[in-house]
Amino acid sequence: MSSTSTAPNSTEQPLIVMGAVEKWFGTFQALRSVNLSVSKSEKIVLCGPSGSGKSTLIRCINHLESYQKGKIVVDGVSVTDNQKAIDVVRQEVGMVFQSFNLFPHMTVLQNCMLAPIRVRGSSKQEAEATARRYLDRVHIGNQADKYPAQLSGGQQQRVAIARALCMQPKVMLFDEPTSALDPEMVKEVLDTMIGLAQDGMTMICVTHEMGFARQVADRVIFMADGMILEEAPPETFFKSPNHPRAKQFLGEILAHH
Amino acid sequence: MNVVFGFKEFAFLLTGLKWTVLLSLIAFAGGGIMGLLVAVARTAQSAALRRAMILYIAVFQGTPLLMQLFVVYYGLGLVGIQLPAWAAVAIAFTLNASAFLGEIWRGAIQALPRGQTEAATALGLPLVSRLRDVILPQALRIAQPAAVGYAVQLIKGTSLAAIVGFIELARAGQIVSSQTFAPILVFGVVGAIYFSLCWPLSLYSARLEAKFAAAG
Repeated sequence: MSSTSTAPNSTEQPLIVMGAVEKWFGTFQALRSVNLSVSKSEKIVLCGPSGSGKSTLIRCINHLESYQKGKIVVDGVSVTDNQKAIDVVRQEVGMVFQSFNLFPHMTVLQNCMLAPIRVRGSSKQEAEATARRYLDRVHIGNQADKYPAQLSGGQQQRVAIARALCMQPKVMLFDEPTSALDPEMVKEVLDTMIGLAQDGMTMICVTHEMGFARQVADRVIFMADGMILEEAPPETFFKSPNHPRAKQFLGEILAHH
Repeated sequence: MNVVFGFKEFAFLLTGLKWTVLLSLIAFAGGGIMGLLVAVARTAQSAALRRAMILYIAVFQGTPLLMQLFVVYYGLGLVGIQLPAWAAVAIAFTLNASAFLGEIWRGAIQALPRGQTEAATALGLPLVSRLRDVILPQALRIAQPAAVGYAVQLIKGTSLAAIVGFIELARAGQIVSSQTFAPILVFGVVGAIYFSLCWPLSLYSARLEAKFAAAG
């Protein structure tokens, strides 16, 4: 079954705690007794075959999905069906999607300014300054006045990262951020994520980019059938996976690399 | 003895036109706003609310507008609510328009990719902001051709208000025609006035569409 662990160097309370989380879609059980604890600045890579519950797991953290049993606590706030608690948690948790999901009727800059103004109550000037700072940081500051459709996929995904960062979240969730990209654009997005990791952001990434996992992950978590089957530091996980399903999975994806 | 179609008669048509325009505006604005509520209720979590809206839409789309006008105009009178003709007519048109515009809004909202709502939700935007900043501006673009098409129908449809004695453009035309015995001339003018209302709307809609298409 699953196990709970924290990064070895952590002394404070974990930032995210999931305890015995169970989730059903109708009669299909998507998460089975998931336990996970993530410390501040920790980088987690979640992998596993499709339908294993990875995306569902991270979508429960900011309550894009509800769950039926167990508990999730983010930075001391319990994510229940209480809308106030959910609102608080969403302010602290940034999310990047596979399909970017930029708002197409707004410029890049407006995309980045919307949430700080509407949620944090920032002034326009503050929001714009923050937006420009993060757009520069993802090396796209010179495209601020363009519309998303005028950008490449890789550029759009970097804007999506900047948009999430503008809320100055404590955690960033990445849901297969490079899966919809053409191969030549994967690197620019991964480099952005690596930069973020080096700056100490707490990150949970659902990804099949094993090079990225090796380089930045503190722990790799392997899921199948809604369960966490294995978690280990990347070098251990890639060299000597324990669970047969993990061995099979690694065999399949590494065959293409 | 015979009245000739002159300036006075034309001016009378224009007072009818004023009511046609007013009634169209009230019906479109009222129906648009009520339609938004219809769309929200039609897609609500509550199954009871959804079913109630399906029934509401079925009734107002599935019965003649003429009948709805009668029911509101005479029906309200029967239960003791005395309304001026224009108010009764405005209510009937608003209810009717809300059933059609509600479905247009719903279709447009549901045509948006799910990711748009998810991204807005994940950013922590409250419901009002999700609607106002993210969903409605995109949905309005999608809805625009259908909504303008409906507006054009609505302008012409207001002529039905004549049936309860409301003197709008078509009714005014009828009156002038029976005074002047020049139906071809009078209704020709009436038709031209309707056309000059509706055609610019259609043109404007096509322009907007082209503009949105260019903006991507």
